[in-house]
Amino acid sequence: MAEYVFETEGVKKTFTFLNRKAPYGTIYALEVLETVLISAAFEQHANIVFVDDGVYQIKKDQDTAAINMKNFSPTYGIIEMEKEDADEDEDMDMVWRIIVEKESMEARGLSPDDFKVEVEVLSSAELADVLEQSDVVIGG
Amino acid sequence: MFHTINKSPFERNSLDTCLRLSKKGSAILLFEDGVYAALKGTQVSAKVEGAVGEHPIFVLGPDLKARGLSEDHVIEGVSVVDYGGFVDLAAEHGAVNAWL
Repeated sequence: MAEYVFETEGVKKTFTFLNRKAPYGTIYALEVLETVLISAAFEQHANIVFVDDGVYQIKKDQDTAAINMKNFSPTYGIIEMEKEDADEDEDMDMVWRIIVEKESMEARGLSPDDFKVEVEVLSSAELADVLEQSDVVIGG
Repeated sequence: MFHTINKSPFERNSLDTCLRLSKKGSAILLFEDGVYAALKGTQVSAKVEGAVGEHPIFVLGPDLKARGLSEDHVIEGVSVVDYGGFVDLAAEHGAVNAWL
């Protein structure tokens, strides 16, 4: 089997993960979430963004027992912990932001209290700047 | 930044959200079912005609042709490109986002 070597020494990029789909109906949300977790291993900067129906991914009180699917929403709590670790550890050069677009949130009658993690609420114009300043955008 | 849209504007909100979250001057390519957004005389034409002043907008020729459409159907100011043009756009711009 081929052995892969990842030369990541000194490589620091800003990744934006753009979540635009509701959970469970399609596989998009889970796939993006897995990608976010992989990027944590490489200590890269990350913006985890929720837009359109993607805001439903972080809705509180998800209970999937009756639909026979794994409830993956607790993993967003892990992301929040990862972000807090990065914020607190001065030796760690890694900035993570958890962002919700205001327009998408309000269109769905939601407020920051409805989310299971603490989020930054940005307008679409502010979010456009975040996207433009990203080195890599991974959407789903 | 380079935005690609491959879904019909009549089925998804990809075009709307892309236009809402893109900076003026960033390029947009319509391909696969996204090409329907490039056509004149539809419910979304006005939106795209308005965006032409803010963004360079491109549509993939082979996907138009496959769907029985030609350059004559395309909104003025939207440029038709081939696969080579698609590659050039991706190479010229910074980050790429696929609005699925």
